[in-house]
Amino acid sequence: MLTPLLKSSINLKLFIAKVAAGFPSPADDYIEKGLSLDELLIKHPSATYLAVANGDSMTGCGIFNDDILIIDRAISPVHGDIVIAAIDGELTCKFLNLTLKQLLSANPKYPPININPDCDLIIEGVVISSIRRHKLCMH
Amino acid sequence: MYALVDCNSFFASCEQIFRPDIRGLPVVVLSNNDGCIVARSKEAKALGIPDLEPYFKQKALLEKHGVHVFSSNYELYGDLSSRVMTTLEQFSPDIEVYSIDEAFLSLKGTKVRFPNYGHLIKKTVEQNTGMPVSVGIAATKTLAKLANHIAKKSVKCNGVCVIDDIEKWHAVFNKIPNNKVWGIGRRTSKHLSDMRVYSVYDLLKQNSQQLKKRYSINVARTIDELNGIECYRLEQAPEPKKQIFSTRSFGQKIVNCLELEQSVSQYASRACVKLRQQKHLVKTLTVFASSGHFVEHPYRRSAVIKLPTPSNDTRQIISAARQAVRNGIFRQGVRFARAGVGLIELQAERPEQLDAFSPTQTIRSKQLMTVIDRINKIHCPIVFASQGLQQNWKMNRCLKSPSYTTRWNDLPRVKV
Repeated sequence: MLTPLLKSSINLKLFIAKVAAGFPSPADDYIEKGLSLDELLIKHPSATYLAVANGDSMTGCGIFNDDILIIDRAISPVHGDIVIAAIDGELTCKFLNLTLKQLLSANPKYPPININPDCDLIIEGVVISSIRRHKLCMH
Repeated sequence: MYALVDCNSFFASCEQIFRPDIRGLPVVVLSNNDGCIVARSKEAKALGIPDLEPYFKQKALLEKHGVHVFSSNYELYGDLSSRVMTTLEQFSPDIEVYSIDEAFLSLKGTKVRFPNYGHLIKKTVEQNTGMPVSVGIAATKTLAKLANHIAKKSVKCNGVCVIDDIEKWHAVFNKIPNNKVWGIGRRTSKHLSDMRVYSVYDLLKQNSQQLKKRYSINVARTIDELNGIECYRLEQAPEPKKQIFSTRSFGQKIVNCLELEQSVSQYASRACVKLRQQKHLVKTLTVFASSGHFVEHPYRRSAVIKLPTPSNDTRQIISAARQAVRNGIFRQGVRFARAGVGLIELQAERPEQLDAFSPTQTIRSKQLMTVIDRINKIHCPIVFASQGLQQNWKMNRCLKSPSYTTRWNDLPRVKV
């Protein structure tokens, strides 16, 4: 992900260079606006929220403690999605299994949670990406 | 047809979106500096907690009922408001953002079935943003407002009310007091009631031309609108404000002159940003400071300053405001609780009529302000030194929730 991003910003500098004689650069036709991570990761900006993962129940699908979750509320959840659910007043992240009517972890340590009609459960949104930073350069 | 989409208990709902544990529980939000209760969730209203009452007076009642109390978190409310408004844009090309929590949509020319469309709007906003809303749909903006009021009050409506055939609604209108009508203020409402015009129905039966003479053209228009005659269209570009006020209560009382000057400089600077945004110059401003009402000897002083030349230069306005504080507003021994700056006489920023004997704001000064505004939009803000660096007097917001959507360090945590 990082490599093309860097390349494009270098290319951009070359494209912008003006020809002194006033002859338009033939490369101008090929100018692209560069790569945006927002564009790659976010489909519905006003319906997308970020959250931080806290725990190890989803390590099997590559979500680790402190990863940033990108949650899209505009998508209707389907079988097999990773979802954010509010269970008894707490936000949690699990696989949605509609055939078993269960919320499943991706770690054998954690038992499945049954979706009963009487339990207080709301699906808040679908996790469409997770971000893990390997070297912190922010805050 | 117009739709009015209004968020339900907006501030309180914002606090509940990231806290499923307090959904369905009583929640209140306090004004700046934790002064008054300014928003209540449905559950808090049901407990009889009054609106716009000082927090310290209601503290015991709030604690007794275990109400969740929050300082206002404008970063969060602003972000959620813009999410709601962006979501609404998909339902109509013409939308007027009427306030932080409500918007009018023009549904002209749309071939949709209105109750269904209203429910679709409601469902989409709630799913995409988490914000509960009510929708009122009718032929005029005034009726759409009224429909929204009915949608909120009547359980049968499920949050959506369409007023299509007005005559069918007369019985309902007869039960709604006249002050629930958009544009009928407290004084007009009282006056109407004195004339035995109590309900919305009484009001719409009035002769608008007669009331026009007694009140104003606006009351006449309101009556026409209640009868389905369109008088108000969408206002998409907000009208420039006729006055700009920036005023706050302090977190700690101010007792020295320099700190009072700093706070006033800060408010002047904020007001100037708004002034330049709407492309106006200020001719006259007012500066005021007070000890607040809840002291033994209330003290309040204000000053009105006429600038030698209309200006939008923060430096000039700060200097005028500080001078006013030094020469008259500040008094030794007073514990100041509140201060503000009001830009009260404005004019559009067009080529000025040059007064041969008085200097106008220089082009360089205007350019400097443009550059400062531009820098402040992208980078850390440039502040004027007179605003002070310590700002001990800044607002109290002890009970503020995290800025879940605008700060990396405040992202909600999800159990995984």
